[in-house]
Amino acid sequence: MPLLQTEKLTHTYSPGTPFERVAIADIDFTADKGECLGIIGHTGSGKSTFIQHLNGLLKPTSGHVYYDGKDIHQTKDLKVRFKVGLVFQYPEYQLFESTVFDDIAFGPKNMGLSESEVKERVHEAAGFSRLSEEFLQKSPFELSGGQKRRAAIAGVIAMMPEVLILDEPAAGLDPGGRAEIIENILAYKEAVNATLIMVTHSMEDIANTVDRVILFDDGVIAMDGAPKDVFSQGERLTAMGLAAPKAAMVAGRLRALGIPLGNDIYTMPQLRAALNALKN
Amino acid sequence: MLKNITLGQYFPGDTIVHRLDPRVKLVLTIVYIAALFSAQGIWGYVLMFAVLVTCFALSRIPVKTVLRGVRPILIIIIFTAVLNIFFTDGETVLFQAWRITITQEGLYAAAFMVTRLFMLITGTFLLTYTTSPIALTDGLELLLNPLKKIRLPIHELAMMMSIALRFIPTLIEETGKIMQAQKARGADFESGGLIKRARAVLPLIIPLFISAFRRADELAIAMESRCYHGGEGRTRMKVLKTQARDYMALFGGAAVLAAVIILRRLAL
Repeated sequence: MPLLQTEKLTHTYSPGTPFERVAIADIDFTADKGECLGIIGHTGSGKSTFIQHLNGLLKPTSGHVYYDGKDIHQTKDLKVRFKVGLVFQYPEYQLFESTVFDDIAFGPKNMGLSESEVKERVHEAAGFSRLSEEFLQKSPFELSGGQKRRAAIAGVIAMMPEVLILDEPAAGLDPGGRAEIIENILAYKEAVNATLIMVTHSMEDIANTVDRVILFDDGVIAMDGAPKDVFSQGERLTAMGLAAPKAAMVAGRLRALGIPLGNDIYTMPQLRAALNALKN
Repeated sequence: MLKNITLGQYFPGDTIVHRLDPRVKLVLTIVYIAALFSAQGIWGYVLMFAVLVTCFALSRIPVKTVLRGVRPILIIIIFTAVLNIFFTDGETVLFQAWRITITQEGLYAAAFMVTRLFMLITGTFLLTYTTSPIALTDGLELLLNPLKKIRLPIHELAMMMSIALRFIPTLIEETGKIMQAQKARGADFESGGLIKRARAVLPLIIPLFISAFRRADELAIAMESRCYHGGEGRTRMKVLKTQARDYMALFGGAAVLAAVIILRRLAL
C-alpha cells in the first residue's frame, strides 16, 4: 500500500465567482515509503496547490487524499500535518520566536510532546540542519539568509515527519548554500527513511537527487517516471515552458552531431563518464 | 476568509460616475452626507434614496457587490436599531413587559437610523467603488492643497495613504501564506478560548510585522533611488481637469441639498 495517495484530486479556486479557476484536476498520485520524488512544472501549473493538499492544508473541491490508507479528511485532527511535513517557499519569513531554539520547538510543542522530548527533537533537527548549539540561542533575525533557511527547515524536520515536502527549498541561495540545504534534507531522509517530495524549478537539483520525476502542466500530471525518461524528452519539456538539465541538453546536442551517447544521461557525472568512455 | 474583504474596494468600469473628477466626487460625497443628515421626514428620505439608486444605476455596480460590502457593518446597524427600539421614550406604548418598553416612536427612530446608516455607508462606498485609490488620493491631495499654507504636510499624508492602500492586498496575501506555513507546523488558529486564540496569532503577527517593515524599507530605497524627495516641484502623469459633466454633477449635488433643506422647512 502506498504511504501517500490521492484519488481524482481536484481543486477549484473561488468557485461560483467570475474569478473561478481550476488549479488541479483529477490528480491520481501515489508515493511510497522512502521514495525521493521531484515535482516540476512552470509557474501556475498547480504544483503548490497540489502539495498543500497532501497535509490537509487545503481541502479538495472533489477527490480524496489518503495517508497510510486513511482519508485525511475523515477525522478532524491535525495529526497528518505532523506526519506530512510541509516546508513552504522562503520559509525563513515564518520565523517568529525570540531564539532559534524556540522557533524549531514550535512544531514539536504543537504536537503536545513533553519538554524533554521537545528539547531532544530540537537538537536532533538542528543536527540535520548543521546548526550548532551557539546558533540555537541566537535570535533568528541575527542569522544570514542561508542560516535562516536552515533553521526554518529544521522547524519542520523537528516534527519528524514521515513525508517531507519542500517547495523550492534552495530558491534564492548561492550555489554553496543550495548544496548545503539539499545535503541537509537528504541526510534527514536517509536517517529515518522518509519519503521526500521536492518541488523546484532547478532541474539540476532534481537531476542530482530524486529517483522519480512528476511533471505538472496546467493542473494535470503530464509526465511521471524515472528522471532519464522525463529528461530525455527535451522538446516536450521546452513546449511546457521548462528545460531539461544542462547535461541532458549537452548530450542531446552531441547526439544530434552524431556522437553516440545514450539518452539516459542527465547529470554532469554521467556525461563526464560517458565522454571518457568514448575517448578510451 | 481573507478573500472576501470588499470594504471600499475599487470596482473597475467606464461609466460617467467612474469618469467624474475625483475632487468632484469627494465634494459630492460630503454634500451627500450633509444632505442625508439634514433630511427629515419621509419625503426627504425618499428623495435621498432616489438619488442613491440613480447614482448606483449610473455606475453599473451590481447590487450584490453593494450588499456584500455592507455585511461587515451589519452588526453596528443591528446594534443601533436595538438601542433605538429599547431606549427611545414615547407616548404610544406598543409593548411592555418587566422593564422593557417598546414605543411607536422607538420603532420609527430605529427605522430612520437604520435607513440613514445604510444609505450613509452605501453612498460613501459608491465613491470608493468608482474611484481607484490612486485617483482618490490625488483628488484628496489637490482638495487639501490650500492647507499647505498653514504648513500641513498634505503631500506626505496623501503619499502615506496611497502607499497604505497599495499594500493592503499584498499584506492580506502575505497573511494567508504565513498562516498556511504555521498551520503546517501544527498551529491552530480556529479552536480554543479567547486567550488561547490571542496567543495563537503571535506566530502570525510577528512575521507579518517583520515583513511589513522589510517591505517599507525596500520601498523607501526604491523611491529614493528614483529621486523621490517629496511633493516639491513634482509633476503628475494624470493632470486632473474639470469638465462640463463635473460642473453639472456639482450643480446636481447642490440642487439635492437645497431640495432636502426646503423639504425640511416645509416639514413634510
